[in-house]
Amino acid sequence: MILPLHESAGVVIANISGRIDHASAEAFNVALAPLLQNCTGGAKPLVLDFSGVDYISSVGLRSLMLASRQAKAQKGAFAIAGMQHSVQEVFTISRFSLIMPCYTSVAAACKVLGS
Amino acid sequence: MKKVVFWGTRGSLPVALTADNVRQKIIAALTAANGKSFRNSSALNDFVDTLPFATRGAFGGHSSCVEIVSGGHEHIICDMGSGARPLGQSKIATYGAPNPQTYHIFISHLHWDHLMGFPFFTPMYIPGNRIIIHGCHAQIEDAFRLQMKAPCFPVDYSQAGARIEFDIMTPGQTQYIAGLNVTPKLQLHAGDSYGYRFDSIERSVVYSTDSEHKLESAEQHASFVKFFAKADLVIFDAMYSLAEAVSVKADWGHSSNMVGVELCQAAKAKRLALFHHEPMHDDNQLSRLLAETRRLEEITRDGYDPLEVISAYDGLTVDL
Repeated sequence: MILPLHESAGVVIANISGRIDHASAEAFNVALAPLLQNCTGGAKPLVLDFSGVDYISSVGLRSLMLASRQAKAQKGAFAIAGMQHSVQEVFTISRFSLIMPCYTSVAAACKVLGS
Repeated sequence: MKKVVFWGTRGSLPVALTADNVRQKIIAALTAANGKSFRNSSALNDFVDTLPFATRGAFGGHSSCVEIVSGGHEHIICDMGSGARPLGQSKIATYGAPNPQTYHIFISHLHWDHLMGFPFFTPMYIPGNRIIIHGCHAQIEDAFRLQMKAPCFPVDYSQAGARIEFDIMTPGQTQYIAGLNVTPKLQLHAGDSYGYRFDSIERSVVYSTDSEHKLESAEQHASFVKFFAKADLVIFDAMYSLAEAVSVKADWGHSSNMVGVELCQAAKAKRLALFHHEPMHDDNQLSRLLAETRRLEEITRDGYDPLEVISAYDGLTVDL
């Protein structure tokens, strides 16, 4: 689900793809855990490139909220970027767009969070 | 089962339209009319029907009270929120006081907004009526008596004219009541709440309010999918947005439109009624929530049969 990382403008970017739902949320959490561990104050910001995600359920959104909360507690910078339109709509309807740092594209996220 | 009538749909606290709310509706209607003139009242009514619900109507402000019309002689009611007052008046108007009736009342839980209508439920004062209060809380009778004790209320419970009985049900155990199979289910809420599934040969209705869904619990998810399975109507606590329900309002005992859609889709339910509306939300906000929930259902359908999404309002009748 999480492809090999790459870096751009001092930002760690993880490419996420597929569905994040009841069936896959646990695998998503497991894959995300080591990335989050390194998302601390002074470390490079972590951006999840969501352009390959075509569906996210309530369970997936909760995983993102916990991830964001952990990063914040560690004083790290964490964001979601490049959501497909339908996923963006789910974020809006669930009001997660109000509590999660979201950017329209990875480039936009890097521009704000990068060095 | 023939239909469901919503007498009270608001969560936590009854609310009323304010003068400003009414003014905004009038302004919206006149703006839409844009100088039109109408030949007669029929033409005027036709025009009003074209207006958005938030302009021509209102979701209402009574707290939880829902009637299930089974087609039998006995009445079936879920919760005794403030909507029980117009419900009681309607029954008196329909049947008359001297014509004894039997009421089966299913109580989700003992919080005030779900009981407060009982002292105003006129049939309880009329001798000859029989009221059976069904619920799973052992202290249910104490709760009903307590809210009518001085100094909380001027008329003591002992003044009831109807014969009132209490039936303590067991979660998960189906009972045959008034021609329906009724199955209670334990739900997550402070002090516990219980949902009820009503099954007749042809139709199924689920009343599930004041119920928080912990997303991390696959077991809880599966149990609710089973509880909602193939229901013709699921009446669902959609008080908060998902973001609120899992963050600032976690453990407040309520759920969201998104979880309602997901559970109903997985359960292959036919119709979802958003219920227990947040008292802070005005008619425009609740209308927007309904439109968003319908869109959510559309974009997450993914092979499921379409789920009809409605938003309950005081006075709404749903044919099953």
